Amino acid sequence: MSGEVQAAAVLGGLSENEQLDANKPAGGRVRPRRLGLGDWLLPVYTVIAFVFLLIPIAYTFVFSFNDSIKSNISWRGFTFDKWINVCNVEGGAVCEAFANSIVIGLVATVAATVLGTMIAIAIVRYRFRARSAISLLLFLPMATPEVVLGAGLAAQFLAAGVAKDMTTIILAHTMFCISFVVVTVKARVASLDPALEEAGRDLYGSPAQVFWRVTFPLLMPGIAAAALLSFALSFDDFIITNFNSGSVSTFPKYIYISAARGIPAEANVIASAVFIIALVLVVGAQVSRAARQKRLARLG
Amino acid sequence: MAIREFAERGADLELVGIQKRFPGFTAIENLDLKIPAGSFFALLGPSGCGKTTTLRLVAGLEEPTQGRILIGGSDVTSTRAHERPVNTVFQSYALFPHMTIIENVAFGLKRRKIADPMAKAHEALKLVELDHIAQRKPQQLSGGQQQRVALARAIVNRPALLLLDEPLGALDLKLRRQMQLELKAIQEEVGLTFLHVTHDQEEAMTMADTVAVMNKGAIEQMGAPEELYELPRTAFVANFLGQSNLFTGQVVSTTADAITVESAGARIVVPAARAQRHQGEVTVGVRPEKVSLHREAPAADANRNVLAPGRVVDVSFSGVSTQYLVEIPGHGTVMVFAQNIGFGPVAGLGSEVWISWAVEHGFGLEDGPDETRFQDDASTTSLAALHREALVSELEEH
Amino acid sequence: MAFAAFSTAEAQPQAQRKRSPIALFLLLPGIAYLVLFFLTPLVSLILTSLQAPSEFGDIGVYDYAFNWQNYVDVVTLYWPHILRSFGYALVATIAALVISYPLAYFIGVKARRWPLLQSLMLVLVIAPFFISFLLRTLAWKQILSDESFIITSLKALSLMAPDAHFTGTPFAVIFGLTYNFIPFMTLPLYTTLERLDVRYLEAGSDLYANPFHVFRKVTIPLSMPGIVAGTLLTFIPAAGDYVNASRDFLGGPDTQMMGNVIEANFLVLLNYPAAAALSIILMAAILVLVGIYVKRSGTEDLL
Repeated sequence: MSGEVQAAAVLGGLSENEQLDANKPAGGRVRPRRLGLGDWLLPVYTVIAFVFLLIPIAYTFVFSFNDSIKSNISWRGFTFDKWINVCNVEGGAVCEAFANSIVIGLVATVAATVLGTMIAIAIVRYRFRARSAISLLLFLPMATPEVVLGAGLAAQFLAAGVAKDMTTIILAHTMFCISFVVVTVKARVASLDPALEEAGRDLYGSPAQVFWRVTFPLLMPGIAAAALLSFALSFDDFIITNFNSGSVSTFPKYIYISAARGIPAEANVIASAVFIIALVLVVGAQVSRAARQKRLARLG
Repeated sequence: MAIREFAERGADLELVGIQKRFPGFTAIENLDLKIPAGSFFALLGPSGCGKTTTLRLVAGLEEPTQGRILIGGSDVTSTRAHERPVNTVFQSYALFPHMTIIENVAFGLKRRKIADPMAKAHEALKLVELDHIAQRKPQQLSGGQQQRVALARAIVNRPALLLLDEPLGALDLKLRRQMQLELKAIQEEVGLTFLHVTHDQEEAMTMADTVAVMNKGAIEQMGAPEELYELPRTAFVANFLGQSNLFTGQVVSTTADAITVESAGARIVVPAARAQRHQGEVTVGVRPEKVSLHREAPAADANRNVLAPGRVVDVSFSGVSTQYLVEIPGHGTVMVFAQNIGFGPVAGLGSEVWISWAVEHGFGLEDGPDETRFQDDASTTSLAALHREALVSELEEH
Repeated sequence: MAFAAFSTAEAQPQAQRKRSPIALFLLLPGIAYLVLFFLTPLVSLILTSLQAPSEFGDIGVYDYAFNWQNYVDVVTLYWPHILRSFGYALVATIAALVISYPLAYFIGVKARRWPLLQSLMLVLVIAPFFISFLLRTLAWKQILSDESFIITSLKALSLMAPDAHFTGTPFAVIFGLTYNFIPFMTLPLYTTLERLDVRYLEAGSDLYANPFHVFRKVTIPLSMPGIVAGTLLTFIPAAGDYVNASRDFLGGPDTQMMGNVIEANFLVLLNYPAAAALSIILMAAILVLVGIYVKRSGTEDLL
């Protein structure tokens, strides 16, 4: 999968990690000494690895300030112009592609989150036939190369005579997001204490009330993580989109097509802005979680 | 000591001026300790007293901030865990989950390239009576079985020194008693030096030749179990190892044989040989099972200490004995254990009683009132708090 | 992780699951969706791969047939691309594993003392995903272009032949694949290493294993689930990728992979049967390889 199984792990992992901390064996805190590489080698390596990981991001960010004319390859001087007039290039093609990506991401996220959450609850809570077949059906989309998913859907749309547009992109994105939603939400459902729902029923809640007042709020962190992941997967998807988009442009597709003649700096502006917003959100969440845990630890 | 050979016999362990600091706290202040070869030595103390750190220092899993560690006379301070002729039975057992039982036991032998590791591993498993499950994985074993495998995995290497880190802590009481006996038998059979770390005073006393009571990073008192119990030198030992009634007062007279302490108007005589200090303000004590309960004022006897009438405030029956708490004005609450020789309690709740004990059973502590670690040593509340702390730490460890 | 998640959750005992019509209501929409937009497309891909050109049609018009000759044709024509796909993916997976393992070890084991640092480093690992991977790949192309500072310096220092290139070479494609999939590798490795009980490592060194042996005999086997998940999450998308190998990105005419020819056949040449046959070959080969790999690595009982 092109985009981001990884983000799946991290976003989905947020809630899971909290559980893990509690279950960590007492000795887990014991620090390992003299194991592995030297005391300084590993930290130094880690710094180098992070620099390596972040170099292209820094490059993209820096070149969003390049006073480029058409292609954005060589440095021609510093300007804020591209950030201010981001939609002025090529008749706003970048912004149009970006807006398409946002719309597709939102719709696909809502659809995949609803469908995936329902499946996750069913899998953890109910018995049904063909369980292993369904598990396989959920697993396979994650184990299939995107190019196969994309070509398969395109072949089907072709056979059915469906014209490719925004709708076909959304249908495709929803499809590959569902499995990731199921994985993410399932972990949360499985960690839910059934006694909480039983307590809700004991306190005269109807099944619907118990679901909406007890189960759903408790599942919310998992569902939110799944939705974030879906959006990230959809927003950054190129390969599947490329097969099913017809003439519709999305942000990644715009970059792919412009790559031959040079990417305008405005694309860097949009990518950098998205990066900064996402980073601030995630770092903020991590820091506030750490602060909360510190407070809890003090109380305990 | 060559790591490639089996130790012929246990080696002695010597810790010289050991200090261990972690960021933010000092685990061990200044520790000197010598454990003779072939002995079963127990390091006893509450959690956080530094006993596990001591063990990890000996194993080579931590480095001392200062001091030296000698095994069999040679300095191993700067050597690493895998270079030391020492093996550990970990509290969590730490059996490798990806290996079978026999692979676990043979692991150390293979690393040391000792000939015929499999046969030796099977022998070790036979010793702990688990050879029939050699091919299983650790997850398939019960707690007691895992403990025995952990023991086999350590002793198969014939280390000069075997470290036991609360290895019985995870077992239930009955299994623990059984394993204590087995461990002791194995130690005698293989003749290794055992260093056993535990917070369970009963376990330390039943198993070890020598017990060292550790508190706040230092050894409070060391000796044979009976000696520690009968003659504790500090309030900490008196209360950590069993329970004690403690009284504080001025020494009012001293003879060659005995000292007399005046505490809240009563005179308590302690044999001079059993008192650590002979003048000034001292704390003296007696074990609850040495104290007798009387319904009437006992006849005066120079060989017995008697405390003024008090009132029974609590009676709890525990089968073999009954525990009374007697409130004596000026002395606080005194604990008395009475053997259930007859039927029913000797004294009912609220009845007036006298208590007495033989002078020879008393002991005088080393620490003065300023140094005592508990504000109100003999009070039931502090005892209860202590007991609760021990339980809580035990629970946390599991 | 994705792969582990399905197997572990099955083993987890839940409060007894009941049979209920609600289950059907919950499952039906999502499963129907996947049948319609995942399973059926695979079937139509198979059908397409067997199509024959329409006798009187234009380019791009095909009739249903049983033309298995398509498979022979694409293998004959594209066997270098097939080999390249799996070769590049394999090398990139190994490179990503070698680069990621120490990183994941540091974050998951060494950094345990500082939970905030640990989670911030984790954010840095996924940070590349907050920015389009096409742009990141293009950034590398420009950073390592023939006129770039790095390449001109290397040439000035005679570490590179004056007429050599970086972009457009197989090395550049593998470099790009490795870079893009490091987070896929690092995260599952981190997940298992974070749970690694260091007491096993201590037990290893207590039993006379030197640091190297502890690593080989204890750390590696205990982190096997992460290694398997990470290598699969890297290998599968890497084998099907066509962005890195594309001429506009890091590749050249001689670095085209299966993804590139599938794309070209489907979207440019409109040779749907060839693209479909190649897709089926790719998918089948991956499923077979993954099956063998998971069996041989013996991770079932570790999960």
